Amino acid sequence: MRYKLFAVVVALSILLAACGGGSSTSGDKVLNLYAWSEYVPQQLLDDFTEQTGIKVNYDTYSSNEELLAKLQAGASGYDVIIPSDYTVSIMTALGLLEPLDMTQIPNFANVADYVKGLGYDPQNEYTVPWQWGTSCLVVDTSKVTTPITKWADLWNPEFQGKVVLLDDEREVLGMVLTVLGYDKNSTDEQQLEEAKQKLLELMPNVKLFDSDSPKTALLSGEVWLGQTWNGEAALAHAENPAIDYIIPEEGCTIWYDNMAVPTGAPHFAAAMQFINFVLDPQESILITLEFPYSSSNSAALELLQTENPEAYDAYMNFAATNPLAEDMSRLKMIQDIGDATALWDRIWTEVKGGE
Amino acid sequence: MSEKKPALWLRIFSFLVYVYIYLPILILIVFSFNTQKLNIRWEGFTFKWYEVLFNDSNVMLATRNTLLIAFISTLVATVIGTMAALALQRYRFPGYALTESVLYIPVIIPEVVMGISLLAFFALIKFQLGLVTITLSHIAFNIPFVALVVRARLHGFDKSIEEASMDLGANELTTFWRVTLPTIMPGVLSGAMLAFTLSLDDYVITYFTAGPGATTLPLRVFSMV
Amino acid sequence: METDILKPKRKFSLVRALREDSAFQGIALISPTAIYMLILIILPMILVAVLSFMTRGTYGNVVYKFNFQNYVRLIDPIYLRILLYSLGVGLATMVFTILIGYPLAYFIARSPVRKRSLYLFLILLPFWTNFIIRIYAWIMILRTQGLLNTVLLNLGLIKVPLDILYTPAAVLIGMVYEFLPFMVLPLYTSLEKIENAQLEAAADLGARPLRAFLRVTLPLSVPGMIAGSILVFIPAMGMFVVPDLMGGAKTVLVGNVIRNQFLTSRDWPFGAAASMVLMILTLAFTLYYTRKAGFGEELLV
Repeated sequence: MRYKLFAVVVALSILLAACGGGSSTSGDKVLNLYAWSEYVPQQLLDDFTEQTGIKVNYDTYSSNEELLAKLQAGASGYDVIIPSDYTVSIMTALGLLEPLDMTQIPNFANVADYVKGLGYDPQNEYTVPWQWGTSCLVVDTSKVTTPITKWADLWNPEFQGKVVLLDDEREVLGMVLTVLGYDKNSTDEQQLEEAKQKLLELMPNVKLFDSDSPKTALLSGEVWLGQTWNGEAALAHAENPAIDYIIPEEGCTIWYDNMAVPTGAPHFAAAMQFINFVLDPQESILITLEFPYSSSNSAALELLQTENPEAYDAYMNFAATNPLAEDMSRLKMIQDIGDATALWDRIWTEVKGGE
Repeated sequence: MSEKKPALWLRIFSFLVYVYIYLPILILIVFSFNTQKLNIRWEGFTFKWYEVLFNDSNVMLATRNTLLIAFISTLVATVIGTMAALALQRYRFPGYALTESVLYIPVIIPEVVMGISLLAFFALIKFQLGLVTITLSHIAFNIPFVALVVRARLHGFDKSIEEASMDLGANELTTFWRVTLPTIMPGVLSGAMLAFTLSLDDYVITYFTAGPGATTLPLRVFSMV
Repeated sequence: METDILKPKRKFSLVRALREDSAFQGIALISPTAIYMLILIILPMILVAVLSFMTRGTYGNVVYKFNFQNYVRLIDPIYLRILLYSLGVGLATMVFTILIGYPLAYFIARSPVRKRSLYLFLILLPFWTNFIIRIYAWIMILRTQGLLNTVLLNLGLIKVPLDILYTPAAVLIGMVYEFLPFMVLPLYTSLEKIENAQLEAAADLGARPLRAFLRVTLPLSVPGMIAGSILVFIPAMGMFVVPDLMGGAKTVLVGNVIRNQFLTSRDWPFGAAASMVLMILTLAFTLYYTRKAGFGEELLV
């Protein structure tokens, strides 16, 4: 009887193998997209396939470092990736990116000027903007009655066990450094030591570190305030309007995600077609509507205003998606800190593994 | 073992353990019908998510990949792992201590390290990442689990039954199929079930050994939460 | 003529070796595993070993410059403290899985033969859902306004909601949950084979049930317990997803340290060195433990 079970298992495996044998690698009209999870609308991919006949394989990663690990090991087989700002610097330094052929990307004209030619790729030689966003202060105003305006408010003893922070040493230690008035990309040992002491003072207030879904603890009432990605805050705000997103006085992080092509991409022409397609206003709107980060595409926002004024107003009037112009100056990018990484890692380990 | 009913306290205790095991699953089933997307609290009943799920071709493809990898890796690992258990438990041969130690490595090393080392290895020999590399890696971490469980079963195995079988004229092969295998079968099955479970659930090693289009269900699910 | 006689003789000797030479049989049985492990475990691990003597480049790349710096960095009280803490987590998980898993395995092994497979299958079935999803389900149960607190409050058993989530208690609940099957299966496997005759013999000799259990069942189930302990203790020590999600990521475990080197600091050489040290320590411990506890005592043919 037990052998029968084995026979069934064997038969099933063969069946499974047979029915799916060739479907994943059908023909040469393929584009291998490697992007953040929950970041590319299925509709957009379907539209692309319909228009060009190119099938898109959409695989996901959940951090820039995961992406780097895959690319660093050798040819990955991907055609389009979506790295963030500081990762682009690392990738170009390591020769992991292929220069784009801008003549094939006329839609680049739709991109807003303020996201063009940023420090990590001054000539837009390797990258084209996708979306951008911030990681700032989030507050549940139904629980916290005193007005919160700055990071330093997190240290208030009345918030004991009520704070959520991102589980990310660059974000958390960077935030503490700005509270102390230092550069968030500091590599100075003395300053970092001070930041460590300051962070240890905050620990009694910290309920949890969570980078994957900080909104969950906030929405369930487990915590009252903390640090989160703007997209997470927008989702939480839609669920509970009392949840507010604040650009604190000390400033916070701004990040830019970009489309790029890894060296040795097997389908370079298809990659150019795809990048151009994404920058089309009609398609770009799909991204903004489904994933509430900030749009890099000014033509798309104009189109949104005429096509869907309600969504446009919601987008423009919430600090998470559209920070005020005067707040923008307080936003700063995270930069690769090179050899100081070991020092940061050590301090982070000491904070968490202290006892 | 005896066919007598287990003692009452034992039955109650076991029932409670099953409750512990199934509680989260129950919650998941209930909340899968929740209208609220973020699942913070109950809002209303809907079949919507199942509709979304079954219409999502990516999820369907990932499911097929996951089952395929799990079945094949379980099958191969069970056969090889059982052989290894037999060899280690009953024989002495040159290189014994070394093989025994190596067999523990996949249990011991952190998944990230195994994932990265396999990724580096496949990249070095220019092996295209995909379903094949995932399956090969799953077999590698499954063999030790099967071998360990089967070994526990073999321990204390009464060899006299086998000798009796041989004395009665059965050859080695018949003895193995008719006597040895049925006796160790519970161990083999337990090992196979463990391997299957591990393979279905693996995220880290799968992530590093996956290539374009070779997404599995855990990779999909992880990207959704 | 002579060659004709020699040929079958040579062939015969191979078959005879398989039949009679036990070392040869052992090699034949182990060779698939040995070859597989050589290619997919040893060779990749050699890469890791080589990596551990390299240096991190400014951009997180690997610079091929031989040195011992990574190992020197590991000689530091903070890493020892993290190691000890991880050992504690692994040990606690192991003890609780034995306490919960042993009676359960015993129950299954004592159930009617027809039902055993079903009971066993029922233990594994929940684990065919996704790991992360299961953890999120536990978070839904344990949080302040979660299922557990709601039920307890309504029953009037408690006045204020229990603060379980993001505490060590929550971590333990999650860890034991995740590792229970790895203890129950090997335990069941070794309990199931204990012959009724052995227990009856004990009973005939006048042993009371408890005594029979302590003298007969327990010792005979030791191999299962050892196998289970290895499968639980070692992975539990390196596990960090449960402590991160259910404990609020406020502690660092060995697994975190190593993971961070690969996926945060991108200091692969240091991460490789840390894994080598961890691997050698655990391997030494495991081999010592299994030898000492008699996993291989009846190996002699």
